[in-house]
Formats: sequence, structure tokens, C-alpha cells
Amino acid sequence: MVGRESLRKRRTKALLRRVAVLVVVLMVAVLPAIPIWLMYGWLVSQSFSGRVILGVLPSKLTLENWRFLWSPIAMGEKEYPNIWPITINTLFLALGVAGLVVMVSSLSGYALSRMEFKGRTGMMQFIIALHAFPSVILLIALFVILNKLGLYGKGFMTLVGIVLIKAGLEIPMATWIIKGFFDAIPWDLEWAALVDGCSRWRVWRSVIIPLVLPGIGAVSIFSFLSGWSEFLLVFTYVAQEEYYTLPVLIYHMIGEFIHIDWGMLAALGLFYAIPTIIFFSVSQKMLLRIYVGGVKG
Amino acid sequence: MPRRLGRKVLPFLFLAPMLLMIVLAWVAPLILTVYLGFTDLSIKNLLAFIKDFFTDRVQRTLENFRRIFYAKDPNIGETLRVTVLYVASVLSINAVYALLLSIAIAYFTKNELISMILRITWLLPRITPGIIYALMWIWFIDPQYGLLNKMLQAMGVPDGWLPDSWLLRKPYSQMLMIMINGYVGASFGMIVYTAAIKSIPPDLVNAALVDGASEFQVARRVIIPLLKWPILFVTAWQTLSLLSSYEYILMVWGAGSGGQYGIARSAGVMVWSLYSYTKAFSEYLYGYASALSLILVVIGLTLIVLYFKIFGFKRLMEPSRVEV
Repeated sequence: MVGRESLRKRRTKALLRRVAVLVVVLMVAVLPAIPIWLMYGWLVSQSFSGRVILGVLPSKLTLENWRFLWSPIAMGEKEYPNIWPITINTLFLALGVAGLVVMVSSLSGYALSRMEFKGRTGMMQFIIALHAFPSVILLIALFVILNKLGLYGKGFMTLVGIVLIKAGLEIPMATWIIKGFFDAIPWDLEWAALVDGCSRWRVWRSVIIPLVLPGIGAVSIFSFLSGWSEFLLVFTYVAQEEYYTLPVLIYHMIGEFIHIDWGMLAALGLFYAIPTIIFFSVSQKMLLRIYVGGVKG
Repeated sequence: MPRRLGRKVLPFLFLAPMLLMIVLAWVAPLILTVYLGFTDLSIKNLLAFIKDFFTDRVQRTLENFRRIFYAKDPNIGETLRVTVLYVASVLSINAVYALLLSIAIAYFTKNELISMILRITWLLPRITPGIIYALMWIWFIDPQYGLLNKMLQAMGVPDGWLPDSWLLRKPYSQMLMIMINGYVGASFGMIVYTAAIKSIPPDLVNAALVDGASEFQVARRVIIPLLKWPILFVTAWQTLSLLSSYEYILMVWGAGSGGQYGIARSAGVMVWSLYSYTKAFSEYLYGYASALSLILVVIGLTLIVLYFKIFGFKRLMEPSRVEV
């Protein structure tokens, strides 16, 4: 009899524990996530509706909020630049950063992975140190450098300068990522090509690069997205409205808060997030691995 | 002979573009920050300085550091207090709360699908471009349109406790600052910890369970001790990045007020790095702003050297590795 009672006791105890675990999960991971769900829910439903009920339920479905796609943006008295040139600026920045980062880091990643030279370990430590070092601190000095190079306040050339700076800031990390991909390629392939009389350059170009295409893809997506979401550099260095990028345009539109048009802002935000959504749904696993390294918040 | 020389030079040919870019984007500005910190560069002598780095119109001086350390600048004390509050609170979310979060998601939640949904949810703030994240918060806290006040009312918080403006009323604005950055920061710890929890050999956990340990005991006695290095890594890494991060504060308080950074000060969210930024780009005191930055640079470099000492190169590279 005693045994059965203790069995029942143990069972209730186990049940209680299961409930306790459930409560912990609810309190720690689910309840605090509700604001996140609400915010994203609002963004989507607000962008397609004239009025939202309780913040997230769409009503009066309309495409009116997306009118910025075919007509100039006006909010209150203020007229904003047309969306398409701004999108092209953003695209130029993102593609420029991605192209430059891929070109430079696939050369340096190869050297660090495959070549013996003095100071190799030191250079790798230097790269990791740069990666840990918060680059936003350098904004003021970079402003002076941009001035010195004659790229400040020069419209399109300022964007070119920002591409250079942004790529420079991303390159240590990209080199590190792509070095990992080079490390994974067996040495034998290279030996074979070298023995057959290829030069080191030729080996790099025609044997190795095709093999690290996945790594190049990873780095280009990553640097494209980081160029696409870049805010601070453009916000600080670009003065003329025609050379804004999308995040800076959105920032200034939020700033007009007396005439704030939540519907259009939500639609514009969603429009701006399209590349991010696409790339993350296609390659989230790989991007996550890279994002751990990203210095963000 | 030329072959051997080639072997020595070739690596540096491959590395040259990277080194050039690093000099442009890291080394030169780093040195320049140090130099500018000791000058009185401002909008008045900027043009002369750009033309000629050694012009007489820019004075070399220690005045900037006197202003900082002898508290001649009346805002320094408050800025320091806000920075400490900001770093300490967001850091505890990033390191400690994220630990609870990953144990809840990766160990307590046995259902794969639910676990995945939760993981993606908590990652969203980090993945979303900053300005959209800021926009959503500005909506969420809006007392008229947003849901935050309504949610709190529904939870039974009395009306008198709710602020008419989360952006401007002081303790609320600081709570908001911590929440905005905390939601982004929690995911960093979560990614590192989750990978570490997944790499714990299941035998260890099962052995403890067979011996009669409860799930909580497993979490406390098995999982957390094994996560010692990942926890230390997240704390170290985030300390440095929080000390210098102000992007979200700039976006929310700057945009929320039509670009007046002034409200960041009256709202009590002016952190050190943002203070340096506003000194440079809205008051045009580049020398003084560089001196403020320079202090962060010195702290940053010291911490990095310290991290190499504590972690060693290997552990710094694989933060999620569990040592059994």
C-alpha cells in the first residue's frame, strides 16, 4: 500500500514539474514575444488597410498606402523625392559594397588560408581584433577623411565614398568567413594543378574560386544586406535629398510626426524590407551563422 | 632566385587590396581620432584643416580632456550615469535573460516546430533593418494609435501609471531604451547559447535524468555549468558593442522628434557614444567629440587585449563550443 501511495505522489510530482516547465517557457519565451508578433502583424495589416482595428486587424482593404510606387510622396506640406531614384541609390550602395567586399575578401581569404608568410598568425589576430572593435566610434574621423578625399557634399560621389568606407568596415569579417570556406577545400586539388604547371594565380582563378562559390554567395548576400540596411553613414554624410537611401528617407518621414501617415510608412517599410525577407527565407541557416559574428546591439 | 622572391611577395599581392581597405576604413580613422582628440577642431577651422593637416588655425590642446575629467562639461555626469544604466541593464538581458530564453526554447520546449517558431520570433528584431524596427516601436508606444498602453491597461496597470509619452517622460523613456535594445540583444546570446546547448552530449543529460534529476536540476547543474565559456564570451563581446552602440536610440528619439537630438538628453537616454555623435554632427565640435570617442577607443582596445588574454584565440573563434 505504501508503495502505491508513493507512486501516486511521484506521479503528481512529475505532473507538477511538467506544468512548472510549461509555465517557465510561457513566462520567459512566449509572453515577452507578444509585442514582437503585434508589431510585425501591425506592419503588414496597416500597409494594406485604411484603418486597423485594435492595432493589428485590417479593415477597409486598400492599395492607397502603396501609392508612393506610382506617384510622388507628399506628407502634409512636405513633398519627398520619388521613391525609385532613392531605391536605385540604395541598390547602388548595397551592390557596390557586396561587389567590393567579395573581390577583396576572396583574394585575402585565400592568402590567409593557403599561403605561408611572415606574420600570418599576427594578421589573423589583427582581423579578429578589428571584428570586435566597434566601428561606429570612428564616424567623426571618417567624416574628416571623406572631406579630405573630396567626397563630402558631392552628391553621387559621396555615395561612392560611403561604399568604400562600408566595404572597408565589412572586409575583415568577410575575409574571415571566406577563409573558412577555403580551409574546407582539400589541398590535393591545388597540388595537382600546381604540379601540372599552373601558376598560383591561375590555380586561384580556375581551380579554387569555382569551389568556393557557396562561400562567395554567402559573403555577397551578407554584405549586400548590410549595405542595404546601412543607415548611419548615409544619414550622417549625405546632405542632399536626391542621394538619400531608403532608410534615411523613412527616418525623415517619421520625423514629420504631426502629419504622420502610418499606412504609407508601413507600406514603405515593407517595401524596403523585401530583399531582407527574400534572402532570409532562402538562406536563413547560413545567414544566422554569420550573424552571430555581426556586431549589432 | 626570382621564383623564391615571388613566393615571398605573392601573399602580399593577394593581401594588398584588403590591407589598403583596412588602412582607409580602420587604421587611418583610428589614428586620426587620437590626433583630433587633442585639437580644437570645429566648424570654424574645419576647411583650413582639410586643406592642410598642419595648419596653425587648429590648436593642439588638452582642453578637451580637462572638460571631460574635471567635469567642466555639465552634461558629463548625467551622460555617464545613463551609459552605465544602459550598458548594465541591456547586458543583463543579453547575457542572463538570453540564457533563460535559450534553455526554455532549446531544452524545455521538446516540440521542434514550436521551438523553431520561437527562435525565429526572437531573431526577427535583429534581422529587421534598424529603421523598420524603430518605426514599429514608435507606433507601438504611441499613446493614441499604439498598443503598449492598451496592453498594459488590459493587464490591470492603473491609468495613472501610464505615461502620456513613452519618449519623453523620464523613467519610462529609459525603460523604453532598455527594451528596444534588449529585444535585439537577447537574440545574440540566444544564438550562441542555443548552438552550445545543442552540442552538449545527450548522454550527460540523460544520465542526470535517469538518476532522478528534474528538468530544472538538469538546467542548473548540467547545462549552465557547461555553458561557462559561452556566457563569458557573450558578456565580454556585448559589453564592448553596447558601449558604442547608439543607432536605435538615435533612430527612435531622433525620428520621434523630427530630428531634434536635444530630446534624447531631456528624455534621459543620451548615452556616451550618442553624446559624442551629437557634439560632432549637431554642434560641430569635432575635436571635443573625438576626445569623447577616444575614451571609448581606449576602453575598447583595452578590453580586446583582455579578451585575447582570457579566452585565447581559439575560444574567441568558436564561442559555442562546449568543453566537456
